[in-house]
Amino acid sequence: LSHGSGGRAMAQLIRELFVRHFDNDYLRAQNDGACFPLPAGAGRMVMATDSHVVSPLFFPGGDIGCLSVHGTVNDVAMTGGQPLYLAAGFILEEGFPLADLQRIVISMAAAAKEAGVPIVTGDTKVVEQGKGDGVFITTTGVGVVAPGIELAPQRIRPGDKLLVSGYLGDHGVAIMSLRENLSFETAIESDTAALHGLVAAMLDAVPGIRSLRDPTRGGLAAVLNEFAEAAGCGMLIHEKAIPVRGAVAAACELLGLDPLYVANEGKLVAVCPAEDAERLLAVMRAHPQGRDAAIIGEAIVDANGFVQMETVFGGRRMVDWLSGEQLPRIC
Amino acid sequence: MAGERRTAGFFEHAGLRARLRLRLRGIVQGVGFRPFVHRLAHELDLLGWVRNDAGGVTLEVQGADAALAVFAERLRRDAPAAARIDAVETETLAPEADAAGFTILASEAGGANQAVIGPDLCVCPGCLAELCDPANRRYRYAFINCTDCGPRYTIAARLPYDRAHTSMASFTQCPACLAEYTDPFNRRFHAEPNACPVCGPQLTLLDASGQAIAGDPIAETLARIRRGEIVGLKGLGGFHLACDARNAAAVAELRRRKDREEKPLAIMVANRASLAGLAELGLEEATELESRARPIVLLRKLPGADAALPGVAPDLAWLGVMLPYTPLHYLLYHESVGRSPSASWLNEAQPLALVMTSANPHGEPLVTDNAEALTGLQGIADAYLLHDRGILIRTDDSVLRRQPGSGSPQFIRRARGFTPTAILLSRSGPPVLALGGFFKNALCFTRDEEAFLSQHIGDLDRVANCRALEAAVEHLQGLLQVQPQAVAHDLHPDFFSTQLALRLAERWQVPAIGVQHHHAHIAAVLAEHRIAEPVLGLALDGVGLGTDGTAWGGELLRVEGAGFERLGHLRPIGLPGGDRAAREPWRMGAAGLDLLGRGDEIATRFSAEPGAAQLAQMLARGVPQTTSIGRWFDAAAGLLGVQARMSFEGQAAMRLEGLAEAYGELRLNEALHVLSAQPSGLMLDLAPLLLDLLNEPDTGRGAALFHAALIQALVEWVGAAAESSGIRTVACAGGCFLNAILARGLRRGLAERGLQMLEARAAPPGDGGLALGQAWVVRQQIR
Ligand SMILES: [Fe+3]
Ligand SMILES: [Mg+2]
Ligand SMILES: [Zn+2]
Ligand SMILES: [Zn+2]
Repeated sequence: LSHGSGGRAMAQLIRELFVRHFDNDYLRAQNDGACFPLPAGAGRMVMATDSHVVSPLFFPGGDIGCLSVHGTVNDVAMTGGQPLYLAAGFILEEGFPLADLQRIVISMAAAAKEAGVPIVTGDTKVVEQGKGDGVFITTTGVGVVAPGIELAPQRIRPGDKLLVSGYLGDHGVAIMSLRENLSFETAIESDTAALHGLVAAMLDAVPGIRSLRDPTRGGLAAVLNEFAEAAGCGMLIHEKAIPVRGAVAAACELLGLDPLYVANEGKLVAVCPAEDAERLLAVMRAHPQGRDAAIIGEAIVDANGFVQMETVFGGRRMVDWLSGEQLPRIC
Repeated sequence: MAGERRTAGFFEHAGLRARLRLRLRGIVQGVGFRPFVHRLAHELDLLGWVRNDAGGVTLEVQGADAALAVFAERLRRDAPAAARIDAVETETLAPEADAAGFTILASEAGGANQAVIGPDLCVCPGCLAELCDPANRRYRYAFINCTDCGPRYTIAARLPYDRAHTSMASFTQCPACLAEYTDPFNRRFHAEPNACPVCGPQLTLLDASGQAIAGDPIAETLARIRRGEIVGLKGLGGFHLACDARNAAAVAELRRRKDREEKPLAIMVANRASLAGLAELGLEEATELESRARPIVLLRKLPGADAALPGVAPDLAWLGVMLPYTPLHYLLYHESVGRSPSASWLNEAQPLALVMTSANPHGEPLVTDNAEALTGLQGIADAYLLHDRGILIRTDDSVLRRQPGSGSPQFIRRARGFTPTAILLSRSGPPVLALGGFFKNALCFTRDEEAFLSQHIGDLDRVANCRALEAAVEHLQGLLQVQPQAVAHDLHPDFFSTQLALRLAERWQVPAIGVQHHHAHIAAVLAEHRIAEPVLGLALDGVGLGTDGTAWGGELLRVEGAGFERLGHLRPIGLPGGDRAAREPWRMGAAGLDLLGRGDEIATRFSAEPGAAQLAQMLARGVPQTTSIGRWFDAAAGLLGVQARMSFEGQAAMRLEGLAEAYGELRLNEALHVLSAQPSGLMLDLAPLLLDLLNEPDTGRGAALFHAALIQALVEWVGAAAESSGIRTVACAGGCFLNAILARGLRRGLAERGLQMLEARAAPPGDGGLALGQAWVVRQQIR
């Protein structure tokens, strides 16, 4: 790839790479934007956007391509929405191997197809060498939220149950292990996946779900702190109830990471009234994306709004919000 | 000192005038001060009055010049032992013609609140004699006290210190008690917790299920302890878990129930004679042990200690010991000698040794409440010895240790018996609040020239400790009646203390100011020693966030008031796995190998560790670095195979110290360090020392070598900085100064170079003193 290659070269790239793999009527129309009909009876529209930067670009279980589809699909899904269309913007670094770009685009196309959410418009820019990190991908998604679905962390009440859809920490640990060039007995793969199917099933069974979040950067800890702040109550989780794979726990131990703070790309955290929790759990477990779902704790009355974890040894540990990376504290 | 100046003024006046008004500040309420003044005035034929007010005590005396002069002198010299006069303001008045007698006036409310509640004190000899006297109406009464002794800080809700503001408010005094309380010549005159079996608090013994146990609570408790049971005892500032320290099974069971922790346990013995064969007791240690604050004192173990007290403090050179301090403690010993009517048992060796460990399950705050005890100690205690006098402020036992050649004891934990006693600063300044660090948190308020360092609060990774910190801020602010003009905190953004500081500063609309961790450590020493001129600061510590965002902890600073300059640091060493590395010395051993360019040996040397090969890989690719000397200790412990993993903070360094102590002094043949000038300062590299340790088969010798070489290296490092800067005073602080060998070696080494060494005395050298330093720095920044 070369920088500033406007005109013909870019047109060729778009045609032969993006249009070919993303292939749909909207793209084939070759307009600057995509026009699409709205489903009849939809409640409200939802729009979400997410920029994806990840190093390395290819990792066990995925790559930046599928990640950029899943990330935005999930953002739409966490509002309770059904994602319909995606737009994708690429910033490519001059000299980035075309073969790698092709791999990424094919992966994106496959992810979009599997999710049933077409990429209907896009943009590509090339920046000078050294001014990017290979590829940055921004995706924007639109979707619709059915009438009556009203998800908001402000609706969380003390007593509500906290659920996660499966094992935590897979994505972040897969990335970190690769960066550190560490290998483990059991390979750790990113959990990157689209969750809107799971969300649809969950809302179908329990329309009264209070809030949904995908615990990406900052992990479960960040989500629970967001919940606590928005709802003005405390959050209590139970260490023994939190699903973490043995290999992930071992890798976290080695790397000195806390799985509660590690990023996930195919998991969600749900809050629902206590009386719906078991039903919601059953529905989640019946869905392939929620097979390993668990009830991990509850919202509690707490004037401080502390997020706390009952440890396996007893006693309650603070699960506070980190300002950035996990800095050493021990004096 | 402002107080001294005012006193000098008073002495001048005293010889000249016939009526004076004195205002006294300090710990002058609730300690029998007014009766003392009353007696003194009577004795010297002086007329006038005395009363408590919000500022402390105010009095007027009228009489002959000479008598006034004697009064002035004896006011200080003969003041009640529990009192502390910080300042005296004197006003000369015209003599009153109709003056007659000397009276104690009712307390005056209002005005600026300058008074302070005193710390809790052990039972006094007078009360102890009554306690054991079958003829006394308070015979075997566990809540006996007088103005010379008993609870204060832990039962006070707010000022002024009146019974109505204490947890004794719900007990109405019987006529006999009231008569004592209102008689100025009685030592129970205005003893706020005054009580007797008729009108005061009572003991109850409950079994594990919360059912009352019939019989005498003291006799039953002792019987259970002798049977090997674990009893939760309600004390002054919180609950203890007690068991027979000579019963190996009971001690092991206590450890098992408290989650197999390996921390050393403190013991209580009847008196110093009972320590024979257990621990070395110098004169200085005995003074601390028997002081009215009754701290836990760390004593050097004698060879037979581990056999006599199995599992109490395994693998460590020190044994934590305290003497009985509440009447309840004494009653247990009294029971153990068959309620002997002769007082001689008090000074004779007694076999009963009790493990007395803080009832703070899972590192949470000490349990203080009866209901809380029954739930929080469930599964740990077999029985509960409770009473119905509330503990209003949770206060742990203080821990300290004498350091030979240093002239004064060193705090390891400052709490019961010391808080809320103020630490006097060199001058007055705006009030500030400092919220301390993350581990061993304590907070500090300043008011005028006083710094009030709170009791030890605990590690802020525990939810309950975070709550306790918030509560302690509110409580101390209420007691001191100050509105801070700035809030100080650590530079680490993720400490709960930092976040609370930002929140309080926002609420009060005052600046929140971050103070670098090691700057604060050194500043704490400067604060108590009242040093204003520039000093060298030697911070030997665990990890603290530096101004460059990296992990510092072995720093040589030039500190002057609110500012500092980094003159040097230890050679950075890898921290593989962040906080994990601080808990697993084998990782630091691996980091040491990597630093020596021998990373390929990590997998074989640490083959017992499943992650060794991967850790080597991480180190080879590069991990965050630290200049912390604490991590160099861990590296040495890891390489010597002393300890692979720690179950409590500082364990590896403590064992290393124990081994070195057992080995004895070791002479160095050559220096095992390198000093080099780097852009970031004078760097001390201990790599040659690590290299020597690699090939040392004798761990004891290795530990001794590590200490000896480290001390020599530090002395030369500091010496070089002293030469180039021309500064001759070295303030030393940081958690590593709890290591007695290191502190002793530096004391000697720096003295040999003609350098003056200042150490933390009024507060712990580690993070327990951090808030004092933060407050001192910030107060100078906003002035
Ligand atoms: Fe420190
Ligand atoms: Mg997202
Ligand atoms: Zn007394
Ligand atoms: Zn009475």
